[in-house]
Amino acid sequence: MSVVEFRHHTLSNGLDVVAECNPNAYSTGLAYFVKTGSRDETPEISGVSHFLEHMVFKGTPTRTAEQVNQQLDEIGSQSNAFTSEEQTVYYCAVLPEYQLDALELLSDILRPLLRQEDFATEKQVILEEIAKYDDQPPFGAHEKALALHFQNHPLGKSVLGTRETVGALTSTQMLEYFNRRYSAGNIVLAMAGNVNFDAVITQLEDQIGHWKNYDTQRDTPRAQPNSAFHSIEKASAHQQYIIQISNGPAAEDNNRYASRLLGLIFGDESNSRLFWEMIDPGKAEYAVVEPSEYQGTGTFLSYLCCQPKNTEEILDLYQTLAGDIQSNGVTDQELELAKNKVCSHIVLRAERAASRMFGIGNNWVQRGEYATVQESIQRFQSVTRQDIAEVLEKYPLTQCTSVAIGPTKIEHK
Amino acid sequence: MQQMPWLESAALSILVPAGSQRDPANLPGLANFTAEMVQRGCGSYNSREYVDQLDRLGAARSASVTNSHTRFSAAVPADHLTDVLALYKELICAPHLPEEQLEDSRMVAFQELLAMEDDLAQKLLRELRKRLYPDPYGRSSTGTLESVQAMTHQDIVGHVTNYYVPENAVISIAGKIIFEDVIKAVEQSFGDWQGTIQTELLETSPPEGHHHIQHDSSQTQIGIVYPSIPYSHPDYFLARSAIGVLSDGMSSRLFTEVREKRGLCYTVYAMCHTIKNHGCVLAYAGTTTERAQETLDVMLAQIRRLGDGIFEDELKRLKARIKTGLIMQQESSSSRSVSMASDWHLLGRVRTLEELSDLLDQVNTEAINDYLSANPPQQFKVITLGQQALDTSKAEGDKV
Repeated sequence: MSVVEFRHHTLSNGLDVVAECNPNAYSTGLAYFVKTGSRDETPEISGVSHFLEHMVFKGTPTRTAEQVNQQLDEIGSQSNAFTSEEQTVYYCAVLPEYQLDALELLSDILRPLLRQEDFATEKQVILEEIAKYDDQPPFGAHEKALALHFQNHPLGKSVLGTRETVGALTSTQMLEYFNRRYSAGNIVLAMAGNVNFDAVITQLEDQIGHWKNYDTQRDTPRAQPNSAFHSIEKASAHQQYIIQISNGPAAEDNNRYASRLLGLIFGDESNSRLFWEMIDPGKAEYAVVEPSEYQGTGTFLSYLCCQPKNTEEILDLYQTLAGDIQSNGVTDQELELAKNKVCSHIVLRAERAASRMFGIGNNWVQRGEYATVQESIQRFQSVTRQDIAEVLEKYPLTQCTSVAIGPTKIEHK
Repeated sequence: MQQMPWLESAALSILVPAGSQRDPANLPGLANFTAEMVQRGCGSYNSREYVDQLDRLGAARSASVTNSHTRFSAAVPADHLTDVLALYKELICAPHLPEEQLEDSRMVAFQELLAMEDDLAQKLLRELRKRLYPDPYGRSSTGTLESVQAMTHQDIVGHVTNYYVPENAVISIAGKIIFEDVIKAVEQSFGDWQGTIQTELLETSPPEGHHHIQHDSSQTQIGIVYPSIPYSHPDYFLARSAIGVLSDGMSSRLFTEVREKRGLCYTVYAMCHTIKNHGCVLAYAGTTTERAQETLDVMLAQIRRLGDGIFEDELKRLKARIKTGLIMQQESSSSRSVSMASDWHLLGRVRTLEELSDLLDQVNTEAINDYLSANPPQQFKVITLGQQALDTSKAEGDKV
């Protein structure tokens, strides 16, 4: 691993480029992380970040949408994009010989034309995407739970937006949002694998050096803890789906390593407390708890699926298990196994240039830092039971907002 | 086996010939139920001790039942390969199958069936699969509420005895390994595994015609299938390339015509589906009720248009994408071990990445177009799920 080298360069316009260069890698991953997402939207333009992500592939002053798609395929790239609450990410994995072509193309599309007729056609695709998730478990319960948990906090809004907000969006509103958020200083380019860093920087200065840099702001308040229970009836559903959200560490909090391990011990898909008490005996179909970190705040989100008649039992069992780990903490053996799990997965994931690229980009965007695979492993290894106890004390799993959706309405104390 | 000395990991895939094609006709889902029971303790471990061991080794793992096999896969830091092999040997050859946990297992199987009822795309694909191939090759792994209710401990024990055997089983290993060491380790753990398959498979014809499932959903799920050729067929890569032009990548025909130009849906794709002796093409889209008819018609028109051939630039783009995929397989011991196991099952040998690359170089537009002209897409079956049945007349009228 000694040949791996980290490079960082800030372009004259403020755009950060970070790369983990490994000359022996078989491929190159590159991704533009734009620090914008649903938390940066006002209610009337809810869904614009994600819609804009689609429009970015729709052509530039020098390329039609068809040319963009064809050229991404011509270089054999595996490319896509996604939008979250606080990031919009455009990425490409290619063979090393195509990295500069891929970079030119991705950089070009980040200054899209936003043609009116493309806007109208793509709006239909977004509405279909919304309809698709309407039909899919947990049938909107996830968005509902986030809205209840976060209340008026900027993270309470859905990434996709609704039929109404997306339906009413205009291309002028989108352009205004683009101009406000896609500042050079609000974008990070992350690369990993076989990277020709010097050539990358030269090409970027030439191609995108003129992108303007201006101030972009974001409110990052900490969310207030909240307890509420909400039940929704969906007659056509066969199972009951329950989403529960409690507060957790933020992206910049050091105890996020402890909270990741706590999540695995309490609610990993396999060999966790929820697994043995809910999945193994067949009481629930699915029971997983995962921490998510955002700027300024974080969550633990649990996703449970069970037979409708067992909903009460599952909700009570969750509270009992959360209460138990809250009062008694975790065991040495649980902690050791969770560390093994997470560290082995870090090593396995690091073998793919594209997954390293996501890791490096995310770390830089959220914290402005770089960590080698060994450093990441070290941080998990150094977590103690006391660290986990502190996370639990600060962020009780028992205090959560719950939303249940299924064939019958649930009355729960 | 493949040595990939540049990696830190090693991955194994074990295919045990207990696929859903071997389920007794009156007990569909038995292989799935059995796989669930098999993971409840084995050898000297109870179920908790067993997964603790796997976690101690840092094994990223999965177990699944396909039509032909029950598959156990795991990836570990390479030093742990021998230990993890020994653990899987216990699981496959010495499962406890604890009778007192039978009802827990049954509940797990029920839950899986119920959750699938809520997953409309899965529900559609299950119906589609029934119509792809002669029974038993079109069976889904999960069975029915009735069959799961009827399964006894004796059925599970019998299924392990009959089908957890080395005949038609495959062990595939890739990663930072040394051949001699792995051979020794496999000999040591699996060398005394015994048994043969005693039953014959009986083929019966799949249901004919189109089919609609009524469901109160926002979107209509659309599935189209038609016959093609299996992976072992000499023309397979010609057929596969044609479907690549239809569906691989953002400049493919389905993505361009259905999504980009008309905005009809978010998800649309087609793929070659293959089992050992049969193959077919399967296409899917999900779209809101009002636009479902147009989506079906455009999909059928694009599939039929393949009969007129493909263009040079389309193939060139496809080849670039496939080449990237082949080279990137070198970054993952897991995906390599899965591909090798699948090759062995379908072909009786493994195609190396070099061989695949040569095969790719040999594919050309003329050969594909000759193939398509002799074998135009036809004999469509259309399966839909949603608020309204669709007009399937455009799926009729094959060239004779």
